[in-house]
Amino acid sequence: MEALFLLVPLSIGIVFIAIWLFFRMSDSGQFDDMIGPALRILHDDDRPEINQKSENVRPDGDG
Amino acid sequence: MSAVLCGSPQVVPGCFHCGLPVPLETEGKSWQVLIDGVMRPMCCPGCQTVAQCIVDNGLCDFYSTRKWFSVTAAQETLIPPELQLYDDAHTSAVEQAGQTTTDPAMETCEAAFSIEGIRCAACVWLIERRLARLPGMCSINVNVSTECLHVRWNKTVCKPSDILKSLREIGYAAYPFDPVRHGEQLERTRKKLFRQLFIAGLSMMQVMMYALPVYLATDGTMDEAMTSLMRWAGLLLTLPAICYSAQPFFYGAWINLKHRWLGMDVPVSIGIVAAFGGSVMATLRGHGDVYFDSLTMFIFLLLCSRYLELMARRKAASALDNLHHALPASAWRMPGYPFCRDTELIPAAQLRADDVILIKPGDAIAADGVILEGTTTVDVSLLTGESQAQSKTIGANLPGGAINATQPIVMRVTHASADSTLSVLMQLIVRAGQGKPQLSLWADKVAAWFVGGLLLFAVVVFFLWQWIDPARAWPIAIAVLVVSCPCALSLATPTALAAATDRLVRRKILIVQPHVLETLHRATHIIFDKTGTLTVGKPVLQNIETLGIASPEWCLQVAAALEVFSAHPLAGAIVDAAKDRSRQQESDLSPLAASCVNDVREVAGQGLEGSVDGVLFRFGAAAFVEKLAGYSVTAQAAVGVTSIYLGSRANWLARFDVADGLRSDARQVVSHFRAAGKTVILLSGDQQAVARHVAEALGISTALGEYLPEQKLAYVQALQGDGAIVAMVGDGINDAAVLRAADVSFAMGNGAALAQMHADCVLLSGRLSSLSEVDATAAQTLSVIRQNLTWALLYNLVAIPAAALGLLNPWLSGIGMSVSSAVVVLNALRLRRIKHKSGDGIEAATGALVTSPSLRTSSM
Repeated sequence: MEALFLLVPLSIGIVFIAIWLFFRMSDSGQFDDMIGPALRILHDDDRPEINQKSENVRPDGDG
Repeated sequence: MSAVLCGSPQVVPGCFHCGLPVPLETEGKSWQVLIDGVMRPMCCPGCQTVAQCIVDNGLCDFYSTRKWFSVTAAQETLIPPELQLYDDAHTSAVEQAGQTTTDPAMETCEAAFSIEGIRCAACVWLIERRLARLPGMCSINVNVSTECLHVRWNKTVCKPSDILKSLREIGYAAYPFDPVRHGEQLERTRKKLFRQLFIAGLSMMQVMMYALPVYLATDGTMDEAMTSLMRWAGLLLTLPAICYSAQPFFYGAWINLKHRWLGMDVPVSIGIVAAFGGSVMATLRGHGDVYFDSLTMFIFLLLCSRYLELMARRKAASALDNLHHALPASAWRMPGYPFCRDTELIPAAQLRADDVILIKPGDAIAADGVILEGTTTVDVSLLTGESQAQSKTIGANLPGGAINATQPIVMRVTHASADSTLSVLMQLIVRAGQGKPQLSLWADKVAAWFVGGLLLFAVVVFFLWQWIDPARAWPIAIAVLVVSCPCALSLATPTALAAATDRLVRRKILIVQPHVLETLHRATHIIFDKTGTLTVGKPVLQNIETLGIASPEWCLQVAAALEVFSAHPLAGAIVDAAKDRSRQQESDLSPLAASCVNDVREVAGQGLEGSVDGVLFRFGAAAFVEKLAGYSVTAQAAVGVTSIYLGSRANWLARFDVADGLRSDARQVVSHFRAAGKTVILLSGDQQAVARHVAEALGISTALGEYLPEQKLAYVQALQGDGAIVAMVGDGINDAAVLRAADVSFAMGNGAALAQMHADCVLLSGRLSSLSEVDATAAQTLSVIRQNLTWALLYNLVAIPAAALGLLNPWLSGIGMSVSSAVVVLNALRLRRIKHKSGDGIEAATGALVTSPSLRTSSM
């Protein structure tokens, strides 16, 4: 049972880390569009060179 | 994967790209493109080129994931020249509007555009891939839910117009993002509320984990140290919920108290503070009850209902969006007019009064103005919902937001675009959304008393329980505070009204004063004006009486052939009737269309003379035709009808009866109100006989004609003196005084005169049937409000005593309260649904208006 005295504070710490993470994600705009990314993942580019190019011009994932 | 996603477009035989039927192989030509290894048919070289371009660029995936065919020409909307406006020289204009932000150090520009027509995954993909090809693009992000495109680019290598042009190439119309339009404020609030909700949820779940062991260990197996640990854990985990998530309640309560008003946030905040304070004390002292679990759950559930309400409000703003597209972003100014006809393209926001602008056919009119040169027809359907294009000539007023359909015109601006009709319209809508109707004010007042009483009651309950069982006093008092739901009471009316207003705006019915729905529902008398209200307000051909051997159709065609040359209002009636007939008979062209009409001469006040296929005809007043025909016929003057005669040398041919036509929906509206048990009265300034004639045709029992405006006013006031509640329907301009005097007034919409309109409700659609729609909505809204209030009352009557008796603990109270609010909001949202049986084309019109008004009218 003594382990709980360590584990409970630890879990509280983790919750606060989770809250901090959530704020960061929220600030980065991750929750702004809840539909688009799900659609976007369906696509493959059928030409590798275009793939590279388009990735070069979209560097910031959070934008 | 592509096989799975291949939707319906592929199986329909037709153009693979746009879905139009593929023409039969004429002259051995056909168009096709190799897509995914299959030769696909194309309807035209255009589609072939586009499809080939998509394939060549390696964007084949577009076809496998799209859900719709590509847009065809009929849906195309944006006019290319205005794209140039956003080039570097003019970016300032965009910046002024606050849409672009420039980072000087990085040489990059950031802007947001609203994109019309994002429908599926393929759209997002196509837009992002296409823009990624432009030089200097830093980031592209399409937000599907807000239909908004955020781009950042290097302004030295790429121009904003390139972005818009690229979008246009792939078939999307983009507009500079308008912060007002998308309710940025609303979006920020939503985002914050979402975060608060999330934190509250997280906190609730964690606290529950540490509350559960204490609940389970009822037999005292848990030692003191462990209990204390659990309490401290609960306390720490409740902190984020209290400090962050509960902010809206504290803030609301603070605002309420500052304004000396007891709103619903006050007991909620007191409940939260009391529960938290009590729990903290218990934790510190090491004994007593803690309510961290109930508290977090309460905050979470309450935020849920708030979030729901906010989303409902956001939906309610959606109807506004359509209107915002109407004013064009640019205008062709003629600075040297009238000496020089050079034009320059300027942003519409820079237009000032007295500027002279050129409006090309197909362009939207950027501001209100007066025509200086040219005759054209304009489409005002976006402003009024009227689909028929109106003919305008020199001196006529044009409302901003209308579409110039046929001819180029030169116009002098009278109001800058910010003061244009469309802007006024939008301000009216915004204003309408802010007003609070009586019922709502009453509910707020009741809620305030309710809260005051409740606080007292909670104190009384606390002391009573202190006397009965001190250990339970605290939780029971908190439960009483929390379980009561003045929110349901306060929310009952405004949410219902917001939903109803939204529904009406989407049907082109603008509620200016908030009391309209209540009052119309209670009204006992409905008074209609005649001209322009029950009638169309312009002459319509009623009857053709042949006086000779010629067929009525032939006579009509001859008359129309002559009248084409006349600008007289009656001429329009004849020409329209002739067009209607030939359309009905499906004869492709009128038989006389090709015939030769010459020597047409207009004799002022008399009529027209001219020869058709070499035969001389006269068309006009009886006396005028008599001179040509050589003998007279007995003229029968019917009530309210103007007769025009057609004759040739020594022959009378026909009499045309023209009268102000009844609106097609007038009869239905009148019977609707009669069925609802309201007294329908026709009150007109026109001749008594005419008024009676119209009233009889529509089944109105009381018809009063020859009333001057002040007599009308006196009549309405007399009715009101007898206790009647009067609803008045007029054209909104001539009857200003009587409209203001009536308990509730309706005006038939008219784009140009909107700002001067004195009515509580404007029927922008220009259709009388909107009135029965308003009435139906009013009845439905009031019944929803009644349901909501009943529910709120019942809930509080049951829940508060239950809590006071100690049957509810705080967390159960929290659930009860949130569910109660949610029921009210969801019930109100039902009002937004438009029943489809009466949805004849308005819905379609609202959409179509934005996309292709010019094309629809150009076919006329």
